[in-house]
Amino acid sequence: MIQLNNLTKYFDKLTVLKGINLEIADGESLAIIGPSGCGKSTLLKLLIRLEEPTSGSVNIDRQDIARLSDEGLMRLRKKVGMVFQSSALFDSMNVFENVAFALRLHTDLREREIHRKVMEKLAMVELEGTEGKMPDELSGGMRRRVSVARTLASDPKVILYDEPTTGLDPITSVTIEDLMIKLSRELKVTSIVVTHVLQTVYRTTNRILMLHEGKFIETGTPEETQKSKDPVVKKFITGGL
Amino acid sequence: MPYKRAAEAVGERTIRILEEFGKVITLAGYTLRDIFKGKVNVKLVLEQMVKIGVGSLPLALITAAFVGMVFALQISSEFVRFGAGRFVGGVMSIAMARELGPAITGIVVAARVAASITAEIGTMKVTEQVDALEALGASPVRYLIIPRFIATTIMLPLLTILTVITGFLGGYAVAVYVSGVNPVQYMETAQNLAKLWDVYGGLIKTAVFGMIIAVIACYKGLTTKGGAKGVGESTTSSVVTTLISLFIVNYFLSILFFK
Repeated sequence: MIQLNNLTKYFDKLTVLKGINLEIADGESLAIIGPSGCGKSTLLKLLIRLEEPTSGSVNIDRQDIARLSDEGLMRLRKKVGMVFQSSALFDSMNVFENVAFALRLHTDLREREIHRKVMEKLAMVELEGTEGKMPDELSGGMRRRVSVARTLASDPKVILYDEPTTGLDPITSVTIEDLMIKLSRELKVTSIVVTHVLQTVYRTTNRILMLHEGKFIETGTPEETQKSKDPVVKKFITGGL
Repeated sequence: MPYKRAAEAVGERTIRILEEFGKVITLAGYTLRDIFKGKVNVKLVLEQMVKIGVGSLPLALITAAFVGMVFALQISSEFVRFGAGRFVGGVMSIAMARELGPAITGIVVAARVAASITAEIGTMKVTEQVDALEALGASPVRYLIIPRFIATTIMLPLLTILTVITGFLGGYAVAVYVSGVNPVQYMETAQNLAKLWDVYGGLIKTAVFGMIIAVIACYKGLTTKGGAKGVGESTTSSVVTTLISLFIVNYFLSILFFK
């Protein structure tokens, strides 16, 4: 279980999050929506301590992640994986090396076993045969899927998706969404999706929170959110129409 | 009022420089701590040694040869005019070992390697690859900084040995074949005037230069913001800061070692 307690984040004089509270159950698929620049990505980074909160705490499995030692933080990051908006593949490594990175770093597996696991993860994202390619030889959608495979390599219990379908064409977006649904159903991972693409939210998650001016102003199922009476939520969902 | 505003601006700039200095020192501290804890990836260190050392070799040797030649050209004609031509070898050996060899190596590596390190890490930073490293449980200090830190600290003294020899031989060629210095006297005074400590002192200086280059270049890369423009600005700032730091540190180390 993930708990955010009175979480606040400032950047110099800019307040991004104003004392937010949230509980996320194991296996849940949750979306955090909101306009660009509202602090969604910052919130994700706070969950794996890529950012430090100004005040408040993030507890994962009842443990305050701010108090973790270096080793504890490493264990946390094996448990909570993140798929970045830009894919963030290591451009000096090919697809195989990208996916094998965490396995080489955290395990003593033999090369044959690493190879088997990498191919298994690439098959999961339907990218068999691309293992020798460099990131710049892949399309945007393929890079996003390799990023998912790299995250899956350490068998995380929670996956954080930062704008997983933003900037992709509709067909590729559906492919990524199908993959996210498959991972939630088959691997029972907890998914936290940060996006402003509503189709992705409706298809892949079962609870939506809207972040506005540093606070959650709406929480509910996709159906409830679509019927929201809150003017800000309505405007966001209808695009101001 | 304009004076007050100017004083405030100078004060703010000074505070920013001191803050940056503190952060660079902190990063150096983390780097040394992890090295002493044995968290060193030997494969990455070797890769960086090849990239930094072997890659810088042609430029360092060409620069050293021509600096040695022009230095010999300037001093040998004057020394010969005053009947002190036999001391050219001694002056050349001391100058190359203590100052010119280390300075040439430091400047060449700072210009070439600091720019490359900052541009590489800065690009990784703005494309979220550094965040991805951390998210996968890898420490940027261990994965990015330590290999470069060890590689520059080891490779700079090794490069310096070669630049000192090359500069000295370049000086020999010009002094003997252009200015007519006696080759036996050139070698003899070189042996008699230069002490082993001149060489050791020069090499220790370049090891320190290596540490400075790696830490500043990595720091500038890791603090890069924005896109391509940010990478360009960080890279320029990295080279400028590294060069200024090398000149200042070189002066104080020279006082410490050779006075």
